[in-house]
Amino acid sequence: MILVMGIIIIARLFSLQVSDNKYSILADEQGKFRKVVYPDRGILFDRKGRAILRNTVIYDLMITPGKLKGMHLDTLSLCRVLSIDTTEFNKRLQVAKKTYRASVFEASLSDEVVARVNESMYKWEPAFYLQERPVRDYPFDAGGNILGYLSEVSPAFLEAHEGEGYQPGDYAGVAGLERTYEKVLMGQRGIEYWKRDNRNRLTEPLENKRFDTPAISGQNLHLSLDIKLQELGEYLMTNKVGSIVAIDPKTGGVLALVSSPTYKPSLLTGSDRKKHYTELVLDPRSPMFNRAVNATYMPGSTFKTLQALIGLQEGVITPNTTFVCTGAYYGCGRPMRCIDPGVFKLKEAITWSCNTYFANVMQRTINNPQFGSAVEGLNQWAAYMRGFGLGHKLGIDMPSEKGGLIPTPEFYDKIYGKGRWNFCTFRSVSIGQGEVNVTPLQVANEMAYIANKGWFITPHMVDSIDGGDQYGLLDSFKLRHYPLNISDSVFEAVHDGMQGVMERGTGAAAKVPGIVVCGKTGTVENYYKGVKQKDHAFFAAFAPRDNPRIAIAVVCENAGFGSSSSAPIASLMIEQYLNDSIGSPERKARLEALAHTNLMPKRILDEIRKKDSIQAIKKAELERKQKEQMKKESQVADNGNLNPSVESGDPRKHGRKGDESHKISMIYGALISYHENGSSWHSKA
Amino acid sequence: MKMEVAGTPKHNCSSHIMKEQIELSKGIDWVMVWFYIILVSIGVICIYSVEYHQGDSFLSGLVELKKNYSRQVLFVGIAGVMAILILLTDSKFFTATANLGYAIGILLILVTFVAGKEINGSKSWIPLGFFNLQPTEMCKIFTGLALAKYLSRNETDFEKPRAQLLAAAITLSPAVLSVLQNETGLALVYFAFLIPMYREGLPGIYLIVGFSLAVLVISTILVEKNLLAIILTSIAALSIYLLRRTIKRNKGILFLIIVLWVVSVGIQRFAVPYLFTKVLKPYQVERIMSTFGVDYDPSVSLKDMTPEEKAEYELQKKKKKPTENYNVKQSKIAIGSGGFWGKGFLKGTQTQGDFVPEQHTDFIFTSVGENFGFWGSSGVVILYVLFMLRIVFIAERQRSKFSRVYAYSVAAILFFHVAINICMTVGLAPVIGITLPLLSYGGSSLLTFTIMLFILIRLDADRQMILR
Repeated sequence: MILVMGIIIIARLFSLQVSDNKYSILADEQGKFRKVVYPDRGILFDRKGRAILRNTVIYDLMITPGKLKGMHLDTLSLCRVLSIDTTEFNKRLQVAKKTYRASVFEASLSDEVVARVNESMYKWEPAFYLQERPVRDYPFDAGGNILGYLSEVSPAFLEAHEGEGYQPGDYAGVAGLERTYEKVLMGQRGIEYWKRDNRNRLTEPLENKRFDTPAISGQNLHLSLDIKLQELGEYLMTNKVGSIVAIDPKTGGVLALVSSPTYKPSLLTGSDRKKHYTELVLDPRSPMFNRAVNATYMPGSTFKTLQALIGLQEGVITPNTTFVCTGAYYGCGRPMRCIDPGVFKLKEAITWSCNTYFANVMQRTINNPQFGSAVEGLNQWAAYMRGFGLGHKLGIDMPSEKGGLIPTPEFYDKIYGKGRWNFCTFRSVSIGQGEVNVTPLQVANEMAYIANKGWFITPHMVDSIDGGDQYGLLDSFKLRHYPLNISDSVFEAVHDGMQGVMERGTGAAAKVPGIVVCGKTGTVENYYKGVKQKDHAFFAAFAPRDNPRIAIAVVCENAGFGSSSSAPIASLMIEQYLNDSIGSPERKARLEALAHTNLMPKRILDEIRKKDSIQAIKKAELERKQKEQMKKESQVADNGNLNPSVESGDPRKHGRKGDESHKISMIYGALISYHENGSSWHSKA
Repeated sequence: MKMEVAGTPKHNCSSHIMKEQIELSKGIDWVMVWFYIILVSIGVICIYSVEYHQGDSFLSGLVELKKNYSRQVLFVGIAGVMAILILLTDSKFFTATANLGYAIGILLILVTFVAGKEINGSKSWIPLGFFNLQPTEMCKIFTGLALAKYLSRNETDFEKPRAQLLAAAITLSPAVLSVLQNETGLALVYFAFLIPMYREGLPGIYLIVGFSLAVLVISTILVEKNLLAIILTSIAALSIYLLRRTIKRNKGILFLIIVLWVVSVGIQRFAVPYLFTKVLKPYQVERIMSTFGVDYDPSVSLKDMTPEEKAEYELQKKKKKPTENYNVKQSKIAIGSGGFWGKGFLKGTQTQGDFVPEQHTDFIFTSVGENFGFWGSSGVVILYVLFMLRIVFIAERQRSKFSRVYAYSVAAILFFHVAINICMTVGLAPVIGITLPLLSYGGSSLLTFTIMLFILIRLDADRQMILR
């Protein structure tokens, strides 16, 4: 009998402990807690070692529903501090009660609310507590589009990054450098194992932290960006739509990458993050659109320098080849107008931006007898262009870069049919109009290529990563690309032409005192929804000529001639970068004048006005409704006064109660209308 | 003769003492003593592990006497003194005072009804300052001795029903008192005395009937009642069919089968429901039901409860928070999560997270299971099995009937405690609050088993002597 008992018990123990691991899992679930320790994200420094993106701390108000039991909670005071009503409070409470664990009750409290919560925390403890959370901090508050922002990870993100340690509720970089370098910036999450008791409290570390992995903070990034230059660029582009890209030609490092209109990066961190985000997304000026790498334009006359290089390389022209411009290019029957008639050699043609000259150059390139046909000619031409970094993504370390467009024979076959096109079909491409699209970044890179006389390094934001580039993210930024084999003398000819632009030609307004700048203006015709708009102003340059240290492209949308806005902006940028300051008082006055020039295109102004007026109408409508309701309610209250037998309570009190609930409905109404308003605008944008 | 050895020691001179010590230890079954020491040590270790929190020092906690394990160590000390005192006592003392002891035991239980202290819902404790005495627990010893005394009397003829009834009365009156004290678990232990009685010639039919009754009650719980009635009827019909030849010769068998059938169905349809709704309290029914994996719906019986009963039921329900199901579930999780090798001493997360209620007392086995895993817990089980076999072995070598009956009583009580306690922690038996001998925390339990075992060791040491 004793033996039988022993055997039965041991058999049962075997089934419980050895053959069934269900209980171990249950035990781990309730007895252990896996706590994720978030490391500090990496810090970003500019080329002079100034921190441009750091970490700071904000607070979330957390709730542990399990601890509410038996607690007398002062709901009203909490609602007052958080400025929410009790309905909202109960709604959040219901959500929180779905889990036993602590969850966020109110995220990212503002400093003021944190102070007020701390003051009366004793009323809500232990069910509520403040939890600090590191957030990003922007000492210069510039370069929003470059730096990007963090956002709570989406289910799709979690799926795509499975096994990388993300959990719902985590934050990850979703734009700009925060996104590109997420892997190195996030650091390594630490895991702490804690013991948990029967009341869901963490008691002590499991086995002296033997299984814990420490959190390793993110790696710091050193950018080639000059934050002062960036700030100047953003200032100069105030009230203008467009972008500035400045590159160090020797390294390919981006010195400034301005997209205008832009936003202060601090708007997307901290307590009002979500509100600001909505506002930014709905803004007709699309401040979160990084035009420097994501917008494509026809390059205009800045394209001519490349045409010249291909012509020289192919031998269809020499620096001394001369074309006569009588006021238009007649090569294809219908004349293509030219601004300054005259007789041009290459240098002068660049200086005076002669359309006829470059039409001839491209015609010769495409119809080069060596290639046999226009198809092969265009193929060769397109191959050169791709070599310059056009028509495909350059590979900068910024998300969603655009590649632009360089037409190929297949492209025209699709439009016109095979063999049904020739040079004359796309002659305007020769001067950078028509079926050719580039990003401002590509234009700046073009300048770096010309400045270097034959090579470029893929433009990039990040120069080095503290602690080593373990993922090889910077590998492609160490290679020099030599797309063509063109002799220095050919480049000298182009340089001469570009220097001429600055000294006597179209860019004369953009001279930089004491520095030899080579530049090229561009004036780009453009259409918006089929309506011809004011020209885009382009300017591309590099300086100094002998030892180039900066290559720059400036685009001002719908600003007219390139020489009036883009060129002077570029000249100020060059001066700031090379001299580290703007020298003379005249130049400073010029700077202020430019910054205060409003070149906002009419189409955007129209949209802003439209949005504002719709908002105003909705607001008026709402106010009217409120007044009506108020009237009604006061009538009800009055009735209550006249007829005290309606309710035993104090009628005045009753009336006030009504007012309060009405206020709440007002807030909700406003919220709803705002959202409706927003979504309709979003779809139109 | 041995009588001298067992005699009261005289502390005259050191050589005498030396001699007496050697003489004293003669005949003592050291295997038993070692089993005792090992089990008690495991108990202290397990209680320590239940309370342990990282950074605790064993010694400082021990000195402060604030922790359970330190108090347990104190109890062990008291128990040790008690053990030595018993070993120094003449074994005739136990036979002589058996009846007196029994009377005192019963008296003490009665005292609790007047001056008892309520702990965990049962008013069965007498506060003695530094610890609380539970007479029901202690009374097991006296009952064992009294039963041994009665059965070993020359004039007792255990073949006769009168003697059987009297023996039953001796053993079951403390049980009845326990039930009145709301200590059902302890009351059940007294059924253990059926084993020594069986050894002394109680007809096996009692055990068979008892066993069949248990099977019937369990089936009543598990099987739907009409189905069970049909099954019982078909069993009756089948046995009549199979035994039809014998029945022709002897009509009595047919009558017997029919009586058995009527009784079984009667129990199944009326007695058990009556027991569950009228006699047992709903929380007790719930415990029993949960053991067999049946969800008990008290609303059924709540209907025919008086308001007072309802109120009491609600009170009991509130008191037993967390529920019994929770206890067993947590107990199974703790033991099951130990795995084969266990989590290691002081590394049990369930133990330290206080997930298992009453872990240091009734559920101490979970601490073994979690910390030391399958090898540890089955080791403890094997230890108990060997311990009990040793007691049975000792019982069989007794020349005196008194000693033998007593030894069997000890073995039976130990068996009952160990089997039910461990089975309840692994979810094989209902949760009835009885301790795991020598391992569970608690002065009463430890002292009871110490005294019980050392009386046996003393009796065994004097096994050459014929005792009455």
